[in-house]
Amino acid sequence: MSTSELQLLTGGEAVAEAMRQIDPDVVPVYPITPQTPIIQTFAKFVADGAAHGELVDVESEHSAMSAAIGSALAGARTMTATSSQGLALMAEVVYIAAAMRAPIVMALGNRALSGPINIHCDHSDSMLIRDSGVVQLFAENAQEAYDLTVLGTRLAERLDVMLPVLVCQDGFTITHSAEPVALLPDQAVRDFVGDYAIPHPLLESAHPTTQGPFAMPDYYFELRRQQIAALEAALDALPELALEYAQLSGRAYGPLEPYRLDDAERVLVALGSAAGTIKDVVDELRDEGEHVGLLKIVSFRPFPAGAVVELLRGVPSVIVLDRAASPGGAAPLRAELASALSGEPAHVGGHVYGLGGRDLHPEDVRDVFAERAGDYVGLRSEPCLA
Amino acid sequence: MSSLTPWQALPHAGAVDAETAARPETGGWRTGLKPQVDLSCCVNCLLCWIYCPDSAVKLDGTTFDGFDLAHCKGCEICAEICPVDAIAMVPEERTP
Amino acid sequence: MSRLKTLARREAGLPPLAGGHSLCQGCGIPAVVRTVLGSFDRPVVVVNATGCLEVATTRFPTTAWNVPWVHVAFENAAAVASGVEAAKRALRRRNGLPDDQEPAVVVFAGDGGTYDIGLQALSGALERGHRFLFVCYDNEAYMNTGIQRSGATPFGASTTTSPSGLESLGKAQQRKDMTAIAIAHHVPYVGQAAGSHWQDLSEKVERAAAADGPAFLNVLTNCPLGWGHEPRIGIHVLDAAVESCFWPLYEVVDGRFRLTYEPEEMLPIEEWLRPQARFAHLLRPENADLVAEIQRRVGADWDDLRSRCEEGVPA
Repeated sequence: MSTSELQLLTGGEAVAEAMRQIDPDVVPVYPITPQTPIIQTFAKFVADGAAHGELVDVESEHSAMSAAIGSALAGARTMTATSSQGLALMAEVVYIAAAMRAPIVMALGNRALSGPINIHCDHSDSMLIRDSGVVQLFAENAQEAYDLTVLGTRLAERLDVMLPVLVCQDGFTITHSAEPVALLPDQAVRDFVGDYAIPHPLLESAHPTTQGPFAMPDYYFELRRQQIAALEAALDALPELALEYAQLSGRAYGPLEPYRLDDAERVLVALGSAAGTIKDVVDELRDEGEHVGLLKIVSFRPFPAGAVVELLRGVPSVIVLDRAASPGGAAPLRAELASALSGEPAHVGGHVYGLGGRDLHPEDVRDVFAERAGDYVGLRSEPCLA
Repeated sequence: MSSLTPWQALPHAGAVDAETAARPETGGWRTGLKPQVDLSCCVNCLLCWIYCPDSAVKLDGTTFDGFDLAHCKGCEICAEICPVDAIAMVPEERTP
Repeated sequence: MSRLKTLARREAGLPPLAGGHSLCQGCGIPAVVRTVLGSFDRPVVVVNATGCLEVATTRFPTTAWNVPWVHVAFENAAAVASGVEAAKRALRRRNGLPDDQEPAVVVFAGDGGTYDIGLQALSGALERGHRFLFVCYDNEAYMNTGIQRSGATPFGASTTTSPSGLESLGKAQQRKDMTAIAIAHHVPYVGQAAGSHWQDLSEKVERAAAADGPAFLNVLTNCPLGWGHEPRIGIHVLDAAVESCFWPLYEVVDGRFRLTYEPEEMLPIEEWLRPQARFAHLLRPENADLVAEIQRRVGADWDDLRSRCEEGVPA
C-alpha cells in the first residue's frame, strides 16, 4: 500500500489534485458556480507546468462536452467539470457521449437547476441526465471525491465499459469545504490509471471508421441495447477496481456503503454529503438504543439493485431521502429503492429534502427516523390539520 | 445491405469500419436513361469525374474509364457539363 | 500535371466520399466535398454536422466515407473539431510526432449548422485559434428537414417556413454575411467559393490548409430540390450566382482582401433568379421593384468588396 500524504483541501481542490495526478491530455472547461474552483485550480497547475494537457477554454458547456467527445474519440484522455445549468445545457451532448462510448471523466458540483436560479446544492442536475447512460458516482466528502475521480477514470476506460463517468460532489457543502484529504503519490495514480487506449481513434487514418451514424428503426434499438450492456458491465467492474484501489490506498469503496445495518429496523437511504450527517445521528440513536442504520448509495448509475436487496432484506422500514423532486411522480432515489425492493416485505417511504441548498440538520434526521417529518423535510409550510 | 444483426454482434459504439462496411447500390434511382460516352470525342478533362455527385465516373489513372452504373443516379450533370459533348443520356433497358 | 489530374491521382480509385449514399440526384454537395478533401496532400479527419451530407452518407450499418469521420450533433461541429485538434496537439507533445504527418481536421456543415445553430461553436473555435478548416456548404436553407429558411436564405426566397403566398413575397430579411463574420474573427484565412468553380475552390483549400490557425470557407452549393431547378443544370445555376456578383469569389489572407475572380461583365440579377423556382414569384411584373432593389444591393455590395480588395484593406 502506498503511503498517503494528508492535505487540507476542499472537495474542489481535491478533485483538481486528482486531475493533476491523472494528467489528462485535453481538458475543455467552462465556468459555473460551484465547480469553478476545480477548473481554476487545474488551470493554475497547467500554467505552472504541474499538469501538461491542453486546457481548452470553450465558449459554453455544450461546447465543453462536444470538444470532450472530439478529443476522447480522437485518442486523448479527456476530463471536464460542470454543474446545474451547465449540465442542463450540455445534456444533449452527454447522451451522445454515452452512446458514442467516450470515456470522459467529469466532475459534477451538484447544484440546483433553475428556476429560480440558485447556486447551492441539490441533486436535480444529476437527475436531469439520469437516463443518459453515463455512470454517476456520488461522494460523501472531499476524500471520496478525490478517490472516486481516480477510480472513475479506470472504470470509464475499461474496454467493456467505455462510458462517461460523472463524479458527483455536493456543491458548496463539499466543493468549498476544507477537510483533511489523503492524496496518493503522483506515480501511484499514474500507474493506477495507466495509458489511454480506445478501439478506433479518429486520428488513426490507416483504418478509417465512421462514428456517430444515423440509425433508422431497424438498428437504433439494438445500438441502444449495446450501450445499456456497457452500463451493466460497469456495475460488475466497480467492485473489482475498488478492490485494487483499496490495496493501493487502504480505502474501500463499492457501489454502496452499508452503515450499521445489523438488526436495523429503520434504515435511511441517501446520496452525497447528507450521508455524513446521517451517520452521526445513527451513532447517537444507536447509543440511545434505537435500531437504525444508513445505506449510502455511491453508484447511482448503474444502480446496484441486487446489492440493495441483499442488504435491506429483513429491514422492516426503509426511508429514502431524495435531494431532488420529480414533480408529479416519485422522487428518483425513492423510485429506485421501491423498484428494487418490490416483492420484498420492507416498507419503502421517502422524503424530499435540501432543495436549493436548504441544509439538512441532525434534528431533521432525528425527525425522519422518528416519523415526525413531513414529505418535504425542512420546508416552511403553514400548519395544517393533518 | 447486410442482413439485420442481433445487438451482441454490433460493432463497438456503432462505429462502422470503412474497409468492410456495406455499400448500397443506387443505380436503381435512374428512370430510364443512362450516360454513354463517345470515346473518340473524350479529351480526359475529368470535369465529369469531379462534378459527379455519386463518384460514378471511373478512372484508370487519370484516363476516363467508364461509368459506375451501380451508383449512377442519372442526374445528367456529366452530359451537361462535358465541354466537348462527348456524353449523351441514352435509354436503357431495365429489369423491373 | 493539371490540378484536376492531381486530385484524381490522389483519389486513386478510393474517393474520400464514394457513391452509395442517398443524397439527391444532382446534389451539389459531393463535388464540394471531393474538391476540398482532394486538395489536401495529407490524411484528413472529417467532422460533420447534422444535415443532408451527414444523414445521407452514414445510414447504419453502411457508410459512403473512406476517411475517418465523426458526427456528434447539429450545432457543435466546430467544438468537436476543437477537441480533435486539441487532442492532436496534446498527443504530439506527448509522443513527439511532427505535425505534417498528422491528419488535417476538416469540418463540413450546412448553412444551418454554420450561420444559425452552429454560429456559437464556430465563433468560439475561430477565436481560440485551433488549426482546422471549416467548410460551410451553403445551399441557403435547412434542406435536409424540408427546405426551411435559415439565416443564409437570401431576401425574397420562398422556403417552406417563408413561403411566398397571397400575402407574402418569401423571406423578408436579408441573409447574414457569414464570410464577413468569419473575417471579423481575424483568423489567418477566410474564403468565399462556389461548387461550380472547382479550381478556385481547390486553390483556396491549399491556402487554407497552409494557414497556421483557423480557416473558414463559405461555399455556395446548389440544391435542385430546394432551389427548384433541374438537377442537370446545377453548375450553370451556381455560375450565374458568380457571374452576377451575387456570390463573389474572394479571400482574406492574414487580413488582406483579394478577389479571386472578376466577371468580365456583371450578369443581370434576373439570370440568377430565373432558373430557380424559389424565386419565381419575384419575377412577376408587379414585383419588378423588388428585383430592382435586389440588383441595387448586389451592385453596392460588389462595389464595396472591390474597393476593399483594391486597397487590400486589413480586416
